[in-house]
Amino acid sequence: MAGPARTGAEHPRCRGSVAAAGEVEPASDLPASKRGTREENQFPLLIYRNESVFKSRPSKTESRCGGRATPRRPRAAAEELGPAPPPWSTSGCPRWVPQRGQRGRAGPGQAGGERMLGARHLSPRLLLQRKGGFHRSPAACCVKVDSIHFYFLSIQVRATHLTAKLVLSGSVENVRLLDRLSSRKASLGTLYLTATHVIFVENGSETRKETWVLHSQISSIEKQATTATGCPLLIRCKNFQVIQLVIPQERDCHDVYISLIRLTRPVKYEELYCFSFNPKLDKEEREQGWKLLDLNEEYNRMGVPNNYWQISDVNRDYGVCDSYPTEVYVPKSATAHIIVGSSKFRSRRRFPALSYYCKDNNASICRSSQPLSGFSARCLEDEQMLQAIRKANPGSDFLYVVDTRPKLNAMANRAAGKGYENEDNYSNIKFQFIGIENIHVMRNSLQKMLEVCELKSPSMSDFLWGLENSGWLKHIKAIMDAGIFIAKAVAEEGVSVLVHCSDGWDRTAQVCSVASLLLDSYYRTMKGFMVLIEKDWVSFGHKFNHRYGNLDGDPKEISPVIDQFIECVWQLMEQFPCAFEFNERFLIHVQHHIYSCQFGNFLCNSQKERRELKIQERTYSLWAHLWKNRADYLNPLYRSDHSQTQGTLHPRMAPCNFLYKFWSGMYNRFEKGLHPRQSVTDYLMAVKEETQQLEEELEVLGERLANLQKSQLNDNKVKGKQQDPSKHLGLSTSNNSLANTPQEYSNDLKSFPSRSPSQGDEEDSALILTQDNLKSSDPDLSANSDQESGVEDLSCRSPSGGGCLPSEDSGKDSDEAVFLAV
Amino acid sequence: MMRSSQPLTGTNGRRCKEDEKLINATLRPGKRGYIIDTRSLNVAQQARAKGGGFEQEAHYPQWRRIHKCIERFNILQESLIKLVEACNDQSHNMDRWLSKLEASNWLTHIKEILTAACLAAQCIDREGASVLVHGTEGTDSTLQVTSLAQIILDPRCRTIRGFESLVVREWLQAGHPFQQRCAQSAYSNSKQKWEAPVFLLFLDCVWQILRQFPCSFEFNEQFLIMLFEHAYASQFGTFLGNNENERSKLKLLQKTMSLWSWVNRSEELSKFQNPLFEANSLVIWPSVAPQSLQLWEGVFLRWNRPSKFLDEAHEEMISIIKYN
Repeated sequence: MAGPARTGAEHPRCRGSVAAAGEVEPASDLPASKRGTREENQFPLLIYRNESVFKSRPSKTESRCGGRATPRRPRAAAEELGPAPPPWSTSGCPRWVPQRGQRGRAGPGQAGGERMLGARHLSPRLLLQRKGGFHRSPAACCVKVDSIHFYFLSIQVRATHLTAKLVLSGSVENVRLLDRLSSRKASLGTLYLTATHVIFVENGSETRKETWVLHSQISSIEKQATTATGCPLLIRCKNFQVIQLVIPQERDCHDVYISLIRLTRPVKYEELYCFSFNPKLDKEEREQGWKLLDLNEEYNRMGVPNNYWQISDVNRDYGVCDSYPTEVYVPKSATAHIIVGSSKFRSRRRFPALSYYCKDNNASICRSSQPLSGFSARCLEDEQMLQAIRKANPGSDFLYVVDTRPKLNAMANRAAGKGYENEDNYSNIKFQFIGIENIHVMRNSLQKMLEVCELKSPSMSDFLWGLENSGWLKHIKAIMDAGIFIAKAVAEEGVSVLVHCSDGWDRTAQVCSVASLLLDSYYRTMKGFMVLIEKDWVSFGHKFNHRYGNLDGDPKEISPVIDQFIECVWQLMEQFPCAFEFNERFLIHVQHHIYSCQFGNFLCNSQKERRELKIQERTYSLWAHLWKNRADYLNPLYRSDHSQTQGTLHPRMAPCNFLYKFWSGMYNRFEKGLHPRQSVTDYLMAVKEETQQLEEELEVLGERLANLQKSQLNDNKVKGKQQDPSKHLGLSTSNNSLANTPQEYSNDLKSFPSRSPSQGDEEDSALILTQDNLKSSDPDLSANSDQESGVEDLSCRSPSGGGCLPSEDSGKDSDEAVFLAV
Repeated sequence: MMRSSQPLTGTNGRRCKEDEKLINATLRPGKRGYIIDTRSLNVAQQARAKGGGFEQEAHYPQWRRIHKCIERFNILQESLIKLVEACNDQSHNMDRWLSKLEASNWLTHIKEILTAACLAAQCIDREGASVLVHGTEGTDSTLQVTSLAQIILDPRCRTIRGFESLVVREWLQAGHPFQQRCAQSAYSNSKQKWEAPVFLLFLDCVWQILRQFPCSFEFNEQFLIMLFEHAYASQFGTFLGNNENERSKLKLLQKTMSLWSWVNRSEELSKFQNPLFEANSLVIWPSVAPQSLQLWEGVFLRWNRPSKFLDEAHEEMISIIKYN
């Protein structure tokens, strides 16, 4: 079915098109000019003619409104847009709200479909009394419900401390949302403040684009100097979205500013979104969601407990270390006495515990915090502990101790009574420093890089210089190199490794998880990756709350630690395109939800705190949510039997700086204009899906044939089997069930065409979004305010009759500005 | 869209009625046209001293002149040499890599060329205006701009045959001096006066667009790399000589084989086909922001990066599509 259109050589248009593209005028026709003033007789030569301009007007509009290529969207994804736009399109915009599908078509009748946004407790003083642009009274909102039939206007907020339901919504009209890359482009709309989101809704009858931002995503709000047009408000988000609003009235701007400051700095966990977020799942489903991942199962998969390793219950009630999980794996030979002794000699009592076990050669990765060695202190139990770890790997006679800090930092710590292991005191260890900088350096580095990303039309050297100056890629490489070193030690040398940094919850988590990812192909699957984060980050007490600023706290504690790990994974994905089951989108969504506080997974700083808060009973699990939508996150190039998916990955370590690239998909994630306009991933997924559908159809037809033959001839099933060889292995299971009744078949048949929007006799027309398709799907797409692909984005933002410049192309826009200035 | 060389206005502002008439003839009634000069205003003004120059507004009232600065050969050649040196640098330091990449200015040139081409395409497509592109001689940056603009505008130029004819039309027939420009490449000891990677820059720009629109081109990266190689050293006569005149004098048509005849055989062609291709009749607007432009690893890091996994991915991609 690939069809002739795709094999270009046979394509009719490709034949003999030399003259067609432009009419070359023969030189002899133009003697005057030739004689004239052009150097080297290069007279003006018509080389390209825009036929649509010269010939027909209608075709011009065509080329105008569709001035962008249309990627082939996976049908499922396009359909899925209906019920729920992906979270990244509108930031906080949740894909879990089932009603959103009808939003575009929602007439006044549907305005009644109230949305339970849920809320935190809002102090009453936040309710502004003044009548004016900034409405806060329910009445003001109700008036608007009529004029703008948006159902979310009748937001019902359940303040957690009040039984009464309050409509709590502030709104400002005539706010302009500026496009970050071109100042000429701005959309006028209304800004709404709810208890959980900031929502900007564009005016305009057809293309009501919405921008939703969760309060917990907002990292800073900046009120800039008032200009003639109004008061600009700059909102920077933790998912790297930057929103620039211009509010006409200074008073309103100040109100919004003050309210947002308060709203984005919650002081109690209960105020966070996940406690009010309700995806309309029942209790059982929620519990099921939390049970999706089981760390015990994961340790069993690794091959522990075994002869060398066992679960220790020494930390049963967080008695030894409150930032560790209750169940920790330690060497069998390490007694409770040794563990407790060792924990007293380690910073924050984070004693050496198992992170990854390689059952092929018994080598392991353990993690801990720095020893409290100072200049000369020793601890017998700690030495015994390391000895026990080494002995748990009988194949090797020494143990690597990797300190992920720069040597200078580690030395400085000695003065504070901390420090690093002395090789003389510990027998058979090899000590190694790997200079990964601390959280403060990383925070500043990201800050610098984001400044570069935020530049308006930077020159190439501005950008590269800024990127270099930020040092970000250098830090990423340092983390990768550490992971590669450890993976190599474990896989190739068969030596166990103990990793620590200062407290063993930032760099250690990064390095251990990168190493695990390289070593074990399971972690490169979707579920495996979730388990990895759950194991190395969540359970071992990575301080999510402090690092990602969920609650108002010390800004110096904030640092993009897990962002860096996620970027490392992306860099690996670029180098090994077939090795990961998930795609870039998955990483971006994980990053988004680490900050969103929509799910309870990443709340608090430790397992202990989460248990005390009863997170699992009161919130939902992100993993279940992602798992449910896993079709969106699949890497089409992944095949479980592919060579890249097997065993250890060996990224090049030495002078491969060029392998590390700037991740614009993450850091410029909301500037869709900067990204490739066509997605190979989506294309391949669509092809795969199509293949599967065809296979299903084939199967159905095969069965039907078999049934017919059975009923008519009543003798053989041979025909049906003849169809088999062309089928995919995965489908053979259901294929065997010849008991399929005709009824089932007809069901299948019904569902099949309904999946392809164009009632496809030709698959191609369904998949290529032609102009017509684009237009017809316009309202839906714009209503869903989807920014996922540049095309839809374009189609909803620039009406076909619109301006004469490609205003959607922001990059060029800025150049246009330059050109005007010339 | 038209191309030409600079007008010979000189210092005293000569004019040529026929030239004005000729280019005005391309305007539709009531429409203005654009003249895109690929030199900066300063350079263009300096050119007047040598008898060259640019169109005076007074004499070409219906045209608006825009200057876009695209560097000329020796600067481009230096840039290439620096870039290749940076790519072969075995130092372990990330900072040095990035600063060397920046110092080479290669990507800056890419950005400039693409910007100018987008501008030309924009004038044609969005405003329906005629565009005249010229630099000094009309054989280097002019060709980059006109050919890229056609790739952006015209889907036919994104097919293999269409691209081949674009190269023939816009580079070979237009008289890009391949012999002078593509003599030594980056490793030459002696500085060749006329050497410049103009064609390579063009191919790189095409690759940048290809990367942003992976499904809109019938050919793949290999096709561009193949053209790059043959432009510098080839067993075919296609890229020999400096212009059509020289080629016909050398009787290349009789004496050598054409590259196209070899490439267009189906067994060769299959190597260059993009499995993702899906005819796209629309104009494709690439992004020229620095974040969107990347180093063309397929050429510059071809020999020092492990390509095994990428090749595997490519095969996997083909097999998925084939299977379908």
